[in-house]
Amino acid sequence: MPSDCLLEVKDLKVHFPTDDGLVKAVDGISFTVDRGQTLGVVGESGSGKSVTFMTIMGLINRKKAHVEGEVLFGGRDLLKMPEDELRKIRGNGMGMVFQDPMTSLHPYYKVGTQIAEAILTHRDMPKEEAHKKACEMLDVVGIPQPAERAKQYPHEYSGGMRQRAMIAMALSLNPDLLIADEPTTALDVTVQAQILELIGRLKEDFNVGVVLITHDLGVVHDVAQRVMVMYAGRAVEIGSRDEVFNNPLHPYAWGLLESIPHVDQKGTRLVPIEGLPPSLIFVPPGCPFHPRCPHRFEPCDKEIPAFIDRGGGHPEACHLPIEDKRRIYSEREAGRRSRKAAS
Amino acid sequence: MGRYLIRRTLFLILVLWIVSVLTFLIFVKLPAGDPARRAAGTRTTEAQVEEARERLGLNDPIWVQYTRFAKGLVPWPGWFLNEQVYYSFKNFVPVKEEIFGRIPVTITLAVGAGATWLLVGIPIGIISAIRRRSLADRAGMLFALFGVSAPVFWLGLLFLYIFWFKFQQMGWPHAPGSGIPTGENLFEAVLAGRFVMPWIVLALSFAALYSRMTRGNLIETMGEDYIRTARAKGLSERRVIFKHGLRAALTPVVTMFGMDLGLLLGGAIITETVFNLPGVGQYTLNAIKTSDFPAVMGVTVFAAFFVVVANLVVDVMYAALDPRVRYS
Repeated sequence: MPSDCLLEVKDLKVHFPTDDGLVKAVDGISFTVDRGQTLGVVGESGSGKSVTFMTIMGLINRKKAHVEGEVLFGGRDLLKMPEDELRKIRGNGMGMVFQDPMTSLHPYYKVGTQIAEAILTHRDMPKEEAHKKACEMLDVVGIPQPAERAKQYPHEYSGGMRQRAMIAMALSLNPDLLIADEPTTALDVTVQAQILELIGRLKEDFNVGVVLITHDLGVVHDVAQRVMVMYAGRAVEIGSRDEVFNNPLHPYAWGLLESIPHVDQKGTRLVPIEGLPPSLIFVPPGCPFHPRCPHRFEPCDKEIPAFIDRGGGHPEACHLPIEDKRRIYSEREAGRRSRKAAS
Repeated sequence: MGRYLIRRTLFLILVLWIVSVLTFLIFVKLPAGDPARRAAGTRTTEAQVEEARERLGLNDPIWVQYTRFAKGLVPWPGWFLNEQVYYSFKNFVPVKEEIFGRIPVTITLAVGAGATWLLVGIPIGIISAIRRRSLADRAGMLFALFGVSAPVFWLGLLFLYIFWFKFQQMGWPHAPGSGIPTGENLFEAVLAGRFVMPWIVLALSFAALYSRMTRGNLIETMGEDYIRTARAKGLSERRVIFKHGLRAALTPVVTMFGMDLGLLLGGAIITETVFNLPGVGQYTLNAIKTSDFPAVMGVTVFAAFFVVVANLVVDVMYAALDPRVRYS
């Protein structure tokens, strides 16, 4: 599959020096994104999901951050690229859709003009042609009467339509990679489903790789083929969707899965993960999750667990031997079922 | 858009009406001293005062007096600042004549100063915003602090002292002093540089305010989500700042400019006085000093009219600049 690999991130670190100390927003993360595939990135707020992909897009201020590692896109390291070359990739090679469609479009410019501007930035063509292309893109994302709608301002659009317009803008230059940072968080549930369906369809039509950043495990389960679980600026587990959902290996992933409601377990209490995510300035030594982990043992507060495949079929970062993981997880599952029976 | 403008116009007419009632009550019905006595002058007989009272129409019913007065607010030939009411009883000249004769000076002063403070304030604000915490930003904000703190009368005298008096003493080419010599028309006065110091002095405090405002607005705008979107499109930083950032950041500045200019067209009293410029502001001050009620009423009405018109212009500009306003 290496030929399908679009994006390869190797040991990426993003640290921000602040007056309070060094914020280790991203602290050594490695993963790949393939063409035609959706990678779901999950984690709590402050786990470094957004910063990781903002760094990849080159949207963080390089002067204010220490960035290390490699981000290979089309065989070139984006982190070593000068700003003006990076700009040619931004929007062109990779497009991004943001969380809040209400504020992501410029309120003073017409929607069609904003999409056409993206096209004209990267393609040499007459304005009318770019505008026509913008209307086409609005049509592609399912906006009715695109020619009239293109002449309207963002405030005349509903939230769902604005997000469709953002997707149209992100895909207007046929990028290889689409990064969607919590694209449905600010939308109604019904609109959410439509937008996710749209992203799924466009992934096939445009043959792009998709990164879907979310804290909603339900969304990831519905649309992602691969899942990356992040915690305190690190990846703690990466695997196919079925592996991560059916056979999770990291205690944090267990906690996440137990904290979401299941339709078949009506009436049972959700189990939250005890404690709070750590401060990214004072990350706990060893495994950053160990203060909240009910299964911590000898090495957890001393050694940072390597992010490797310990025999479970996909890489994860936890010191527990694989047999123990399997035993503990089946016990937790059994406990969950008995609680359900008791209720 | 049309309904918005009609609503704004009606609102401004209401404002003008309130101004007219208040001005009328203050100057005609609650004057400090009897207007008839002031019009008749000192050392006059009762009969002469009565005659003045009759001449000024002060014996008419109040609504007749008010109608006569309020006509002066309506921009209609023969009505605006009508001579029945707005006729100076100090130098016996219609107030309209005085104001219209002086307004070119005031306009020259206000527009020149306006251009100056925009050209100085906005670039300083932009540089301060995009090079935040740099030396340029610190210098710019120090300038702003100075400009806001320095009173115009002090600054004007300081400029005259240094660039006119001291330069003259030392034999350097010095700035033209204050005032416009008789026989020189306005155009010649501008060419002779007589407005340069007044422009700078009047513009300084505004430039300071505008640079702060531009800086604050631009910094706030550059943190908006749509700026991130613009960057994600791959636009150059220059385009992000000047097209996407300034478009939003300068809209409130433009509207503010309209208001300030309208206010100054009613007369820049201090600057005109310090630099001895024969504008509306100077006339206002003289009228107040000599208790020339019709003149004071005239400039009040005139200034109110300009402020209201400026408000309307600002509303139209706002609607043109911000598409969200047009539909609300």
